[in-house]
Amino acid sequence: MSQTQNPTNPWGTPERIQLMNEAGETTPHTSFSAYADELTGEDLKDMYRTMALTRRFCDEMTSLQRQGQLALWVPSRGQEAAQVASARALAANDYIFPSYRDHGVLLERGITPEEITPLFRGSGTLGWDAKKHNVHSYTLVLAAQVLHATGYAMGLNLDAEIEAETGEAQTGQGQATDPTQDPDKPAVAVYCGDGSTTEGDVHESMVFAASYNAPVLFFVQNNHWAISVPFSVQSRVPISTRAAGYGFEGLRVDGNDVLAVYAATRYAMDKIRTGEGPVLIEAETYRLGPHTTADDPTKYRPEDHGATYEPLDPMLRLEAYLRSTGQADDAFFDDIAAYTKEQVKSVRSYVLASEPETFETYLDRAYAAPHQQVEDDRSFYRAYNDGFEED
Amino acid sequence: MSEQNPQQGTETLTLAKAITRALHDEMAANRKVLALGEDIGKLGGVYRVTEGLQKTFGPTRIMDTPLGEAGIIGTSIGMALRGYRPVPEIQFDGFVFPGFNQITSQLAKMHGRTHGQYQVSVTVRIPYGGMIGSVEHHSESPEALFTHTPGLRVVTPSSPHDAYWMLRKAIAHPDPVIYFEPKRRYWMKGEVNFEDTDFDPFTAQVVREGDDLTIATYGPLVPVALAAAQAAVEDGQSIEVIDLRSLSPLDIPTIEASIQKTGRLVVAHEAPTFGGIGSDIAAAITERCFYHLEAPVIRVGGYHMPYPVSRIEEEYVPGIDRLLEAVDRSLAY
Ligand SMILES: Cc1ncc(C[n+]2csc(CCOP(=O)(O)OP(=O)(O)O)c2C)c(N)n1
Repeated sequence: MSQTQNPTNPWGTPERIQLMNEAGETTPHTSFSAYADELTGEDLKDMYRTMALTRRFCDEMTSLQRQGQLALWVPSRGQEAAQVASARALAANDYIFPSYRDHGVLLERGITPEEITPLFRGSGTLGWDAKKHNVHSYTLVLAAQVLHATGYAMGLNLDAEIEAETGEAQTGQGQATDPTQDPDKPAVAVYCGDGSTTEGDVHESMVFAASYNAPVLFFVQNNHWAISVPFSVQSRVPISTRAAGYGFEGLRVDGNDVLAVYAATRYAMDKIRTGEGPVLIEAETYRLGPHTTADDPTKYRPEDHGATYEPLDPMLRLEAYLRSTGQADDAFFDDIAAYTKEQVKSVRSYVLASEPETFETYLDRAYAAPHQQVEDDRSFYRAYNDGFEED
Repeated sequence: MSEQNPQQGTETLTLAKAITRALHDEMAANRKVLALGEDIGKLGGVYRVTEGLQKTFGPTRIMDTPLGEAGIIGTSIGMALRGYRPVPEIQFDGFVFPGFNQITSQLAKMHGRTHGQYQVSVTVRIPYGGMIGSVEHHSESPEALFTHTPGLRVVTPSSPHDAYWMLRKAIAHPDPVIYFEPKRRYWMKGEVNFEDTDFDPFTAQVVREGDDLTIATYGPLVPVALAAAQAAVEDGQSIEVIDLRSLSPLDIPTIEASIQKTGRLVVAHEAPTFGGIGSDIAAAITERCFYHLEAPVIRVGGYHMPYPVSRIEEEYVPGIDRLLEAVDRSLAY
């Protein structure tokens, strides 16, 4: 059976929002420039720093995996703008459900590189304080988190109802932030890939989000590949087109353009916060490297892939912009290089020294309350180990 | 539907109405308890278990959802992460599978995965079991698929009293609970004691004492086992009956104590015997009570085939005669 390779879209394609072109030159946009204008030069340099750290960290993790120090690594190379700029456009109290590749989102949120490592080292399942950062754990089951985000957003609507009845702001399950201090009404952002949108969970998420007018942003990073399956086989239309079918707005944005991603996300969150329900953003970006360290893109990707996509690199683009507008010079980029090198050095030593928590910790956490079979297994485990000690 | 809360004294209710009352009382007690599912609001669910609740609590606490079991379970997880205690209803046993991924790979693992940072107090209600003369996918017993999943608790009542308290305790519990409702017993009446607040849903109960043999079973088969034990009296046999009530955790000590007394065990359920919870009980009892056993543990259950068409379901589901045949086989050793 042949697969569709060159789909056409007779229903029209949403505008592709771009504020900064591949050469780092900006063009004003009537609806979106205002949001991008909120960003100062310092903000942009700061985002560049986080993007550079994301990339350097990613390279270091890849080599640690090659050295057998990590079980797996999921690179984010090429997607730094989509991740960092979207996360920056969220409020501190917005709750984020990431996919497994969103290291840039996490770093932008103040999670340290070290805290991202345990899952991949095989020494833990969650390395950061989810409540403090309002960033949930990674899950390796594609698209499952999209439903959790929708439910969480439905919960925010229920919170608002309780607050209206009782006058008391709700904190949910102990978010670290104080809801009475929220400058913005909290909402939810969830990340997934283009391939994940095929999963039924995403369809059900969008139906439920629309039905309950849930304050949730669906942020789809279309990196053009779901391991070996190209986007042309995933979908006949841009993913953003599908939002209309669920009855909410879908935006298509150049995902390698920090200004466009930031502006689109800010626009979407404003809209979501006013109670207009969900918004979908499709950020068109590119996976420059392999899917994971277990992958080999030379087996399925056209040879000219690098030639096509490397010039679109979001880091090069932001660098060109910062240089051409005189906001950053060699000294700035040298500083960044030194900073990321230093950061990554400490990650390496952290990973090499990191040990898993005790085996029994995992028995402890299987349930929130005691469970007969866990207790039986714990007794067996202890007796078995004690047996060795006596020898 | 009575409005008094807290409830006092005892009242005779059907098992279905005991569940309704439990949901009502837990929702009245905790503003963050809510129920969602297909047709549970205006209609009151296909079995009318949630009847009247939407009138009392409104459509945002008794939610008629779009059709999508993954959606129902997955959004329940998200609401629980936000601090709610959702009680999703799955319309029929055979329709839980579109939501199975969310239950087994997400709901069950969330507490562990988040290093204990998040509790997901979700109670999934599933009507289960056969003998209602229904069509394909409406009479299944998938409980072993859930008991095999660490992180989930699985309970099933056999009486209105247990149904009431088990549900209240499940909803208030910090872990996710799969609450299987024996649908052919929905109309069975019994007394509910509303003052039994110390009820522990995770323990088994000896529902009939005996000396010669123990039948351990649960949910829809408890009345069958009791009837079999009664019939066996004519043959001079004294049979003890244990209602397991909780399938995960499994209260092995209660079964163990019984076997130390009777020396013989028959485990019965409607689900297929192969890979079933009965196999696990047989193995555990053999391991723990080997020297007390007078006979091998005998399993009575469904056959290894998809649930049959309703006109012949009586041959699939264990009845009194199949239990007595197993009793005789055990006593013959
Ligand atoms: C339910 C499920 N099926 C399969 C996999 C294996 N898998 C991991 S990532 C992936 C491709 C995902 O592609 P996409 O959603 O586009 O996201 P990307 O990884 O490109 O960011 C697959 C098939 C999985 N993790 N979960």
